[in-house]
Amino acid sequence: MRLTVTNLAVRRSGRRIFSGLSFGLGPGEALMVTGRNGAGKSTLLAVLAGRLKPEAGTLAVADVGEASLPECLHVVGHRDGLKGALTAEENLAFARDLLGDPALAPREALAELGLAHALRLPVSYLSAGQRRRVALARLLVCRRPLWLLDEPTAALDLAAQGVLAGLMARHREAGGLVVAATHQALGLDEARELRIERPEPDAPRVPRPGDAPVASGPGLEDWA
Amino acid sequence: MIGTIRALVARDLVLAARVGGSGALSLVFFLMIVALVPFALGPDLNLLSRIGPAILWLSAVLSTLIGLDRLFQADEEDGSLDLMTGAPVPLECVVLAKVTAHWLTTGLPLALASPLFGLLVALDGTAMAGTALTLLVGTPALTFVGAVGAALTASIRRGGLILAVLVVPLMIPTLIFGVSAAQSATAGTVPFATPLMVLAGLSLIAAVVGTAAAAAALRWSE
Repeated sequence: MRLTVTNLAVRRSGRRIFSGLSFGLGPGEALMVTGRNGAGKSTLLAVLAGRLKPEAGTLAVADVGEASLPECLHVVGHRDGLKGALTAEENLAFARDLLGDPALAPREALAELGLAHALRLPVSYLSAGQRRRVALARLLVCRRPLWLLDEPTAALDLAAQGVLAGLMARHREAGGLVVAATHQALGLDEARELRIERPEPDAPRVPRPGDAPVASGPGLEDWA
Repeated sequence: MIGTIRALVARDLVLAARVGGSGALSLVFFLMIVALVPFALGPDLNLLSRIGPAILWLSAVLSTLIGLDRLFQADEEDGSLDLMTGAPVPLECVVLAKVTAHWLTTGLPLALASPLFGLLVALDGTAMAGTALTLLVGTPALTFVGAVGAALTASIRRGGLILAVLVVPLMIPTLIFGVSAAQSATAGTVPFATPLMVLAGLSLIAAVVGTAAAAAALRWSE
C-alpha cells in the first residue's frame, strides 16, 4: 500500500497542534515520528488511525482496494486495548475476529514474542512489559499493511526490543509500512524521520484537567 | 460483518460473566426497589396489585441506568474503542453489537425475573405474564435510548449522573406505553395488543435511532 499525507493540520480543544504536515510512504518504508513531549506525535497517529478529524489536509491510501485507512492499519499505543479479565489468548482471538484477515494463531503470535507461557493467564496478571508484548502480538494475528506504533519500546526489555526490531524488519520486507512515534532508536534501517516541532518553545501554557494529553502550543514545522 | 458482530457480542458476554457487576447489580437493584414499595405503602393487597405493574416498570427504568455508564466508557479508557474503529465494519455495527450484549445481560434478566418479583406486589398470574411480556418487549427501547447517553458521556469520568439526567426524560414514552400495556392485560377497556404494538414500535425506533446516534456521539467525542 501507499500512504500520502498532504498539508495536515490538527486542532484539539481549539488549539493548533501542528499544520502543514506532509509525507508519503511506499511499500517497505518506515517513518520515525520524533519531537519533544507534547509535540503532537500521538495526535498524528490518532489522526492516521481515524480517531481524530484533521482540521485541514488530506490522507490518501492507494493500492489497498476499497479499504479505508483505518481498515488497513494496526495501532499499538499507550492504551493497549486489552481486557484484564480475558486471557492473552482470548484478547488476541477477539482482535483476530474483530479485525479480520487472520494470519498467525494467538498461540504462535505469543510464542514469537516469547510469551507462550502466558497464553491462558488473564492479562491483568501480567506486568507492563508483558502486556505490551501481548499488544504487539496483535500485529501478528491479523495481516494489515500499516503499523502505527506509539512508543512501542516503552516497558520492553532489551531482548523484546530486539524481537520487535526483527518483526518490523520482516513486516517491511513483505511490503509493509511502519509509522512509529518514538524517542529512541528502534532498529529501523533506513527509516525516514519526521520531526514535529513547535517554533515557539517559549509559550508556556498551564494545562487544564480537561485538556487532551498530547496537546501543545500553536504552530509546527515539518521536515519530512 | 456477521463474524465481527458475533465476536463483539461474545466478548461482552464473557466479560459480563467474568467481571460480574452491572447485570447482577441491576437485578438486585430491581429487587430492592420492588421490595421497598410494599413496606412504604403498607399491606394493602388490592392497592399493591393495582399499581404493581407500574412499580415493576418504574423499577425496570431505574435499574436499566445501573451499569449503563460503563457501556462505552470501559472500552474508551483502555483503548478497545480505538481497536474497534479499525474493524472492517461501520461503528454502528459495533454499537449495535455492544448494546445487544448489554441488553442480554441486563434487560433480559429483568424481564425474566419480573414474574417472581411480581409476587412481592401481589400480582396474579395474568398480570405477571402481561408485565413480563411488556418488559421483554420494552426494555430494548430503554437500553438503546440509554446507549445514546452512554456514548455521549463515554469520555467523562463519573458521568453516570449526567447520563441519568440525559436519558430519563427520553425513556418516558416507553414507560407510559409499558405501564398501560401491562395494566390492560388484566383490566381496562383497551385491548392488550394495542399498547403492546406501540411499545414494540418504540423499541424498533429506538434500536435504529439509538444506534445511529450513539455511533455519531462516539465519533464526535474526540
